[in-house]
Amino acid sequence: MFSWKEIPIGAIVTAPGSAKEYRTGDWRSQRPEWDLAKCIKCGLCYIYCPDASIGWKQDDGYPWWDEYHCKGCGICANECWTKAIHMVEETE
Amino acid sequence: MAKKVGTEVSFAAAEAIKLANADVIAAYPITPQTHIVEKLSEYVADGDLDAEYICVESEHSAMSACCGSSATGARTFTATAGQGLELMHEVLTIPASSRLPMVAAICNRALSGPLSVWGDHSDMMGVRDTGWVQIVAENGQEVHDLLISAFKIAEHKDVMFPVMVHMDGFHLTHVIESIIIMDQEEVDKFLPPFNYDHKLDPDSPVSVGTYGPPHIYPEIKKAQEVALTNSKETIKKIWKEWGDMFGRHYNPVETYKSDDAETILVTMGSFSETATLAIDKMRAEGKKVGLIRLRLWRPFPFAELRDAAKSADNMVVLDRAISYGGPAGPLCSEIRSAFYQMKKRPQVVSFIGGLGGRDIAPEEFEEMITKGVEIAKNGSENEYEMLGVRE
Repeated sequence: MFSWKEIPIGAIVTAPGSAKEYRTGDWRSQRPEWDLAKCIKCGLCYIYCPDASIGWKQDDGYPWWDEYHCKGCGICANECWTKAIHMVEETE
Repeated sequence: MAKKVGTEVSFAAAEAIKLANADVIAAYPITPQTHIVEKLSEYVADGDLDAEYICVESEHSAMSACCGSSATGARTFTATAGQGLELMHEVLTIPASSRLPMVAAICNRALSGPLSVWGDHSDMMGVRDTGWVQIVAENGQEVHDLLISAFKIAEHKDVMFPVMVHMDGFHLTHVIESIIIMDQEEVDKFLPPFNYDHKLDPDSPVSVGTYGPPHIYPEIKKAQEVALTNSKETIKKIWKEWGDMFGRHYNPVETYKSDDAETILVTMGSFSETATLAIDKMRAEGKKVGLIRLRLWRPFPFAELRDAAKSADNMVVLDRAISYGGPAGPLCSEIRSAFYQMKKRPQVVSFIGGLGGRDIAPEEFEEMITKGVEIAKNGSENEYEMLGVRE
């Protein structure tokens, strides 16, 4: 963590992509869980995710989930028409 | 060569911006600032000043445009007054925290309501805590000189803050004074081109004005506060440089016959000139009175003020603004705070006057000092006295 003496002038950010370091997943109260048996790899969860926290696995084509940045909004579960995604309470 | 001319102070202000060779001016006209920006738009239209004049639709937009302009490394100017400054308020804190240098001429005007276009310091006090360097001018010559030097202050690598130069609406903006207008060559020698290390540049991208979550916000605020406090030494250095080059010297705290004074009157802005007449008269009568005029409002010049008032038993402070329901005028409150921890401290008495363009005559300053001394001695049931209000 920065000391106040290390803050760049005007708190400017000189490195691109630094938003990635801020783990918005910490805000989450619910997380999505996949039942891959029902998943047909349609990609709707990927398209609808507002935080770009869902992507593709190269090897088997199933979705991967970014637990550090997913805010748990539940849009993926709402949009998944085969009901392969459901939201569970974040308890840990 | 610099030449002395009779000119309206607003025109001398516009001339200062032309001489400083501003790149971008974004402003919305409002009384009593209008003549400054009208003149500047003429300069740009006539090709006398190679700048972009952005006709914005409000002061909020003006300050937003100024932030963008400064971030690209352009020398940036705006001007406003009263309600215009209030509309600008939301954006004012941004260039201070993002450390975007720019200069704003504030033509001090009373805040509504009732609607008033005339001068007082209520607009200045409303933006006190926005994080800008704030300088207060007394006369037309100071307006001209301080505006030019404000660019050097704002853009200095040890400052990098936006700077307001306050000038009293009408009492300064609309009067014609004898003013030495600087020569372009002299200004060019004094004021180097603006060179912003972190300007927005596609070849070396940076993000300005980003999100500050709780884990970083207080560190950013402390860095900003320390930088503003430390800027005082650079401001003094730049004013000394101006004085050495051009013979007109400026200090954070200006004094007039205050060295051995038992009672010191404290003022800011154009009324200080009138106050000197009262000081002269009372001195001639053998009374040990003097005047302190605060030129640098932010960062507040604590050490300079304490030093200037070390002989004083009484201080009588004139505020041209009310802190409604508060302890005294805002200037007086800060002066009391500045002395509170001192072992030997003067009694500080608050007067509020000159509101909404009401004049204060030399005799009234005299009465204020006399009454102030009496209150310092005997106390008063009032937190402050209001000057010249009809019962």
